[in-house]
Amino acid sequence: MGVALARSAQWTAARYGTRALETTPLNEAILEEIMMFVESFIYKHPQEAKYVFVEPLEWKTNLDPSAFESGYIVSETTVKSEEVDKDGQPLLFLSVPHIKIRSFGQLSRFLLTAKDTKLKEAQACIEANEGPVTKILGLDYNTMKEDTSVVNILDKITKEEDPASEIKMKLGKLLEQLDLHLLNHSLRHISLEIRLNPTIVKNDIELLKHFSGKGEQTVLESIDYTSDYEFSNGCRAPPWRQIHGEICYVLVKPHDVETLCITCSAEGVFLNGGKTNDEGEINYERKSEIYKDLVTFLKEKSAKFSENMSKQDVRFSEEWKKEKEEPKEAPKKEEAAAPRKALPASSKSMLEKNQINFGKSQMTKRLEPSLNWKATIDFKEHKSLLRDIQEEKRGGRLERSGPPVSPGRAQLIHKSAEKIEEMISESSSESEEDEEPPDHRQEANADLPSEYWQIQKLVKYLKGGNQTATVIALCSMKDFNLAQETCQLAIRDVGGLEVLINLLDTDEVKCKIGSLKILKEISHNPQIRRNIVDLGGLPILVNILDSPHKSLKCLAAETIANVAKFRRARRAVRRHGGITKLVALLDCAQNSGEPAQSSLYDARDVEVARCGALALWSCSKSYANKEAIRRAGGILLLAGLLKTSHENMLIPVVGTLQECASEENYRAAIKAERIIENLVKNLNSENEQLQEHCAMAIYQCAEDKETRDLVRLHGGLKPLASLLNNTDNKERLAAVTGAIWKCSISKENVTKFREYKAIETLVGLLTDQPEEVLVNVVGALGECCQEYENRVLVRKCGGIQPLVNLLVGINQTLLVNVTKAVGACAVEPESMMIIDRLDGVRLLWSLLKNPHPDVKASAAWALCPCIQNAKDAGEMVRSFVGGLELVVNLLKSDNKEVLASVCAAITNIAKDQENLAVITDHGVVPLLSKLANTNNDKLRRHLAEAISRCCMWGRNRVTFGEYKAVAPLVRYLKSNDANVHRATAQALYQLSEDADNCITMHENGAVKLLLDMVGSPDQDLQEAAAGCISNIRRLALATEKARYT
Amino acid sequence: MSYFLITRASSTIGTRSCLVNYFLLDWCTRGLSLSCIYLYFYFAVKKSEVECLLRVFHSLVEKANVRLNNFGLDRNAFRAILHSIFGMTDDMLMNRVFFAFDKDNDNCINAKEWVKGLSVFLRGTFEEKLKFCFEVYYLNGDGYISREEIFDMLKNSLHQQTSEEETDEGIKELVDITLKKMDYDNDGKISFADFEKAVKEERLLLEVFGPRLPEAKVQCQ
Repeated sequence: MGVALARSAQWTAARYGTRALETTPLNEAILEEIMMFVESFIYKHPQEAKYVFVEPLEWKTNLDPSAFESGYIVSETTVKSEEVDKDGQPLLFLSVPHIKIRSFGQLSRFLLTAKDTKLKEAQACIEANEGPVTKILGLDYNTMKEDTSVVNILDKITKEEDPASEIKMKLGKLLEQLDLHLLNHSLRHISLEIRLNPTIVKNDIELLKHFSGKGEQTVLESIDYTSDYEFSNGCRAPPWRQIHGEICYVLVKPHDVETLCITCSAEGVFLNGGKTNDEGEINYERKSEIYKDLVTFLKEKSAKFSENMSKQDVRFSEEWKKEKEEPKEAPKKEEAAAPRKALPASSKSMLEKNQINFGKSQMTKRLEPSLNWKATIDFKEHKSLLRDIQEEKRGGRLERSGPPVSPGRAQLIHKSAEKIEEMISESSSESEEDEEPPDHRQEANADLPSEYWQIQKLVKYLKGGNQTATVIALCSMKDFNLAQETCQLAIRDVGGLEVLINLLDTDEVKCKIGSLKILKEISHNPQIRRNIVDLGGLPILVNILDSPHKSLKCLAAETIANVAKFRRARRAVRRHGGITKLVALLDCAQNSGEPAQSSLYDARDVEVARCGALALWSCSKSYANKEAIRRAGGILLLAGLLKTSHENMLIPVVGTLQECASEENYRAAIKAERIIENLVKNLNSENEQLQEHCAMAIYQCAEDKETRDLVRLHGGLKPLASLLNNTDNKERLAAVTGAIWKCSISKENVTKFREYKAIETLVGLLTDQPEEVLVNVVGALGECCQEYENRVLVRKCGGIQPLVNLLVGINQTLLVNVTKAVGACAVEPESMMIIDRLDGVRLLWSLLKNPHPDVKASAAWALCPCIQNAKDAGEMVRSFVGGLELVVNLLKSDNKEVLASVCAAITNIAKDQENLAVITDHGVVPLLSKLANTNNDKLRRHLAEAISRCCMWGRNRVTFGEYKAVAPLVRYLKSNDANVHRATAQALYQLSEDADNCITMHENGAVKLLLDMVGSPDQDLQEAAAGCISNIRRLALATEKARYT
Repeated sequence: MSYFLITRASSTIGTRSCLVNYFLLDWCTRGLSLSCIYLYFYFAVKKSEVECLLRVFHSLVEKANVRLNNFGLDRNAFRAILHSIFGMTDDMLMNRVFFAFDKDNDNCINAKEWVKGLSVFLRGTFEEKLKFCFEVYYLNGDGYISREEIFDMLKNSLHQQTSEEETDEGIKELVDITLKKMDYDNDGKISFADFEKAVKEERLLLEVFGPRLPEAKVQCQ
């Protein structure tokens, strides 16, 4: 208890005067544990509870004397316990408000008396009594422990003749047990906060291991943990050492020095006392200075290591040094973070890369070498408590570290948080343009264009000139065709990029402007983008966003817009607070609404906002950035900008919104902020790009019904329909058709579209369009064809043939939509004839073999109306060789949607007796029975229908009973879905033709449920339920009759 | 009489602030040239700014301790101001700025020249600044910036390299680059038309041969 209290509990800053415990979750948890211990003490250890403390625990209590009941002598202001020690002194003495307690028994009772306030009392007690253990067991006991040897304690205790000594020792052990428990407990709390840190250490040691081994070329001969046991928090140090921030101990054998036993702790890396000879224990004492990481440490200790390290990879050390010099913490974090994902790759071919990673990771993490612990760890784990505590005492004395949560650790916590965030953002869907292109540098001796030499000369002036020369050089550099890759790469290859970025860090506004103007142009090149990020350009760019100079802001934002086209860059922008600053740029234009400002400023403010929006557009491709934009209040500002009429501003704004609309939060906000209205308005703009993005945004948002209605209410359907007529701009067409698709999910919208003759146009778009357009067009038609008029319309416009033709495609999304559309058309018998003639059913059927479950399900759904409406359906189905077997086998799928659709298809197939016979032969009954235990109402409904159909053949009813399909079916009646009820009642009716099934149903309480169904307004349900009941009843009567005759 | 004029002047521009009148009166009594008061009719500088400029001028003149008969700032005083207030360091450039300010070539900047010069200096329109810069850059009065002048102006713009020759070589190349960029009519010197065209294309070239105007960061404050 003592150690835990001294080390883990978080005391308030006021260390002098009254000590007070801070109210933190950790402290509360510790108090709670202590209370539990004390409260249960009297029951668990009645002997020890009577032990009289050497000194009483004293504190001020708020408890009223009247709260004490039997066992106490209560007066107005004092309470004495009836229990007394051998000198006749009461064990509990309360003289308001001071209380003295001298045994655990009394302590337990006191806490029980205190009831609700016991937490406060316990806290007061611990605050008032420094060193409770000393008071309880006496000073000598505490000093005894300092001698560290258990044997000593035991000796001393046994030497004392006092009969209480045994109890005292037991008590001591109990307290130590509690102490260890508390330590473990608080450790769990603390380790929660630093959990990533051990992972980092681990990764680094793994990496070092990778480059270790025999031979002269490796960096180390060996590196090993002392312990094979890894705690759940990733540390390998024993719990009582983890408290001090120690993570693990490593044994390192460099080529030229003796084996080193190293401690890796949150504070840094240092040499410890090494293994003690006999038991393999580690002497935790620090024997060397603390180094900031393992590499520094090893370089210091082993010349060979540093030599080989630099030999292995020159770049490694360069990077390393550079980072060391880098004063800012931010880029470091980023760089260290970035290569993290590459860590797992450990093949030899990645040697170089790993080296770099290793070096970088060194910067942010601390490694800890350890001592030879390995052999003893398991043994140690199970060693007696006393021993552990002894260990702890010793460590505690040697440890020089201060409070457990040191600033260093706080930093680490911060870093690990960064890392988590990064992982999240990496796992997000940022697929586009994320593949970083291979870096290709121009061959030095290849035929270099003349520009190369001219640019080289200019860069020379950039490097060596004062600001005047620099500006001249920048201006003439701008005269080159910077859109040309040769020039872009030439600037980089002669080292111009570094200088340009460097210039951004100066105070020279003109140089900054010139440099940004060039960077803005050349950052169109993907390689240059990557180089800019590698050179740490983004933090500088982000800082420039704060500049009071508007053109600087604009240029910086535009450059960021170009650079942030790949994931790492976007992350860097966010990491350095760029999103907030960019969002702040949007605010400029808002103020300019005030009439007081001149139009000149107006224009510049609008330009700033435009550039900000442009950069946000690029950044908004990352999930985490979308979040950041939202948090920075970007939605409102974007919505505000949307009301302006500057076209070139609207494009990035709508682009950002469209990008962000993939997030639910944004869609809600877009609806709430009346953004739809403006989107619709801008659909009418002249600018094709703007139209495209507006349509795209509508497409993203229109999954929501309200939004669809809003689009209609604001008159957005007409412009959408009219935009269909212009088919030259395929991207816009895709966006527009997408918007139409999503909007047509609402029936009212479909009616409008029909008014605007959009459906005819859509049919016309079924041919000669790129897939992105086709997916949307077909999707829209699929929605439209849910209505009779539109089906007729589609048929009349000749839409069926192209639809059926599309069934042979390979694009999954397209296939899902096409099958849906074809299925919708097939509801119309006339259309069905056309589909049949075009062999559409065969095509649909073959899609059941598609590997993608969505396609399978969609195809199966489409087959249902086909079979229903085809003439001579049975014959048609049979004509598909192997078709029925295929369908039955799909029942083995584990996708609910597929299962439901296949059940529906089987229901239709089974209408034909011959086909039913075939599928029965293929084992449809056991497969259906197996599915019976499901909670999915859609599947339940179609399954029940299929079962009811399949009952009509041979012994199938009996077989369903045998495969135990009946009991689950009865449970379906408890579902909330009326469709399920109907289908189930019908199935049960069919099944009840078999006596055994009737018995099962009756046993499962079907009769009561069915009786309720008889009262349903649904006739089919009524009929089926009644039929089923009558079958059950008839069986009962027959049985009775048989019994009495 | 003068007071009457002043009130007339301020009422013409629609401001009747007693405070302004008071200041104007104050200046008159201190013997400032009345013509200065009309400056704000001719320049884009705001009235209050003119007032400030004049006050600054007055205090500077007092500090410079010049003879009263030649009321104004002489070259040295002006250069000191440029150096301390606008952070210019290049002697030659400061001289040129002085000459550009000193319209009447009397080697002394009077209050009118001061306000006029600074109005361009601080608040000038683009065209004004353009003209001002060009004036600062050509000095032999022929209306052209010659190759030699450019060389003079740029000669300190490179860090000393290994040898004098090499630096000279570098400067020459820089002059070539500049001429290539700015000399549109290829006559080996930069005319105002050339200058105007180049600067309009790239505003950074406004102070191409060395900083002539107060720093942008000063402007922003």
